[in-house]
Amino acid sequence: MYKFFTAEIVGNTSQNTHFKMLTLRPLSEIMVPQPGQFYMIQTGTACDPLLKRPFSIYSIRQNHLSFLYRIRGKGTLSLSQLREGDMLQIIGPLGNSYPAPDGDFIAIAGGIGIASLLPLMRKYKKHAYLFYGAMKSDELVMLEEARELSKEIFITTDNGSDGQKGCVTCAVEDFIGESRITPPEAGALSMYSCGPTPMLKELSQIARAAGLICCASLEEHMACGIGACLGCMVKTVAGQKRVCKDGPIFNLEDIIW
Amino acid sequence: MVNLSVTVSSLKLKNPVMTASGTFGYGEEYAEYIDLNRLGAIVVKGLSITPRDGNPTPRIVETPAGMLNAIGLQNIGVKAFIKDKLPFLRQFETPVIANFFGDTVEEYVRAAGELSAAEGVHALEMNISCPNKQEGWIVFGTDPKRMDHVVTEVRKITNLPLVVKLSPNVTDIGCMAKAAEDAGADALSVMNTITGMVVDISKRKPMLANNTGGLSGPAIRPIAVRMVWETCKAVSIPVLGMGGIMTARDALEFLIAGARAVAVGTANFVNPAATVEIIEGIEKFLIEENISDINSLIGSLKINER
Repeated sequence: MYKFFTAEIVGNTSQNTHFKMLTLRPLSEIMVPQPGQFYMIQTGTACDPLLKRPFSIYSIRQNHLSFLYRIRGKGTLSLSQLREGDMLQIIGPLGNSYPAPDGDFIAIAGGIGIASLLPLMRKYKKHAYLFYGAMKSDELVMLEEARELSKEIFITTDNGSDGQKGCVTCAVEDFIGESRITPPEAGALSMYSCGPTPMLKELSQIARAAGLICCASLEEHMACGIGACLGCMVKTVAGQKRVCKDGPIFNLEDIIW
Repeated sequence: MVNLSVTVSSLKLKNPVMTASGTFGYGEEYAEYIDLNRLGAIVVKGLSITPRDGNPTPRIVETPAGMLNAIGLQNIGVKAFIKDKLPFLRQFETPVIANFFGDTVEEYVRAAGELSAAEGVHALEMNISCPNKQEGWIVFGTDPKRMDHVVTEVRKITNLPLVVKLSPNVTDIGCMAKAAEDAGADALSVMNTITGMVVDISKRKPMLANNTGGLSGPAIRPIAVRMVWETCKAVSIPVLGMGGIMTARDALEFLIAGARAVAVGTANFVNPAATVEIIEGIEKFLIEENISDINSLIGSLKINER
């Protein structure tokens, strides 16, 4: 029962209007998660919401697991209403993790995707050129930490309320085009991303054109998170894969969009 | 010590708790969460003679106290199952029930034949009722004549206990149950999911890529209990009850209503240890109620006089 455990909520605090940080104290011994891995977390106390929801690990400190989440649908809304002292059932850590970068790398976060990339940036401090895009300024979160961990940070918002106005992928494309960094040898890992699917699709084209490999955390509706329900399938050059078990991190080159 | 063991045709189960097809993979996904030897039986993900890719995503959407799925019978095929998955399952003493289906009567017969010949398959569960297929395939499960034909043909090729999984998407499940029994089924699984739809109001589109899907989870449980009860009245072969079982209390409802055993489905997604917790809960209930044998509880429902 190593990966299936009960945890007590020791914090569920607002970061701003949209984001909260859930901190859990597991009641039993747990496994140490790697950057990019996720947990299935119970979000309510009755049968509705019924299914657990997948959340990328944000941090593990003194055996406390923290998850940064955005209040978006029924599950996260329900989770946001839980209090300190409430007990939740958790499964994890699940899935694969980001492969180790070879020196500096480009990290591209779309919105809440930052939650999945921060642990990687924490592990490889000051190595990331971080591109962080959101719709508007109040949808950017953990900026201070992001600044501290990155080598350089580029912020974009759709409405220009913070950073450069426009899409984050355009900023990445410009950056690679300007050859501000020396791309590692072709085929070496260099881009990491987590964000909405249309963004990842664009990144896959940018990466291909530049001869870079982009590893990204994919998202799909999933019921179980452990490889059984086959809800979260993604088409790849090597056939259908489960986002939960074979991923969530995939080389975007392999994805058939 | 209470007796939890039940028999379904020639199959002896150490307890009445099985897994529902499609919710437990081929067993190995759950082996790191529970001891598979604890289970009454493992019913594996539905198999066809040739592998299938299933439907596009989204395949799953949550509903109030339930979920709608349109996986589309994705599976690795009978041959790969026998070669790659069965050896793992043979390590356990838990009987394996292979769920299977086909597009045609011939495909059903071929799948049943190959599975029956494989070492480590202890019974067959015939899916004639998945709601996630088009091509008029669902008629096997909703037209008594077509069902009689396909069950009769499969019956000829296998000596294993043959379970037929019935669709709830019918007016009279008793009539379908009787047809399956007459065609040679040894037991009936009641029930498969109920066809449903969820609409995304901003896009004006169904949430599932397949448009419709099968509803499961606690939301459907009362319907399943009623259908098990009706089926038990209609046939004399054992009925396996399933539909939204989350806890031991839920399982006990089905057993009291007449189910010889139960299958846990959606609950496996929510709690990978659900089956074991349900087995322990049933045992605890029997001890508390001073019942020494589960078989004296099965079908003990006292119907109100009206």
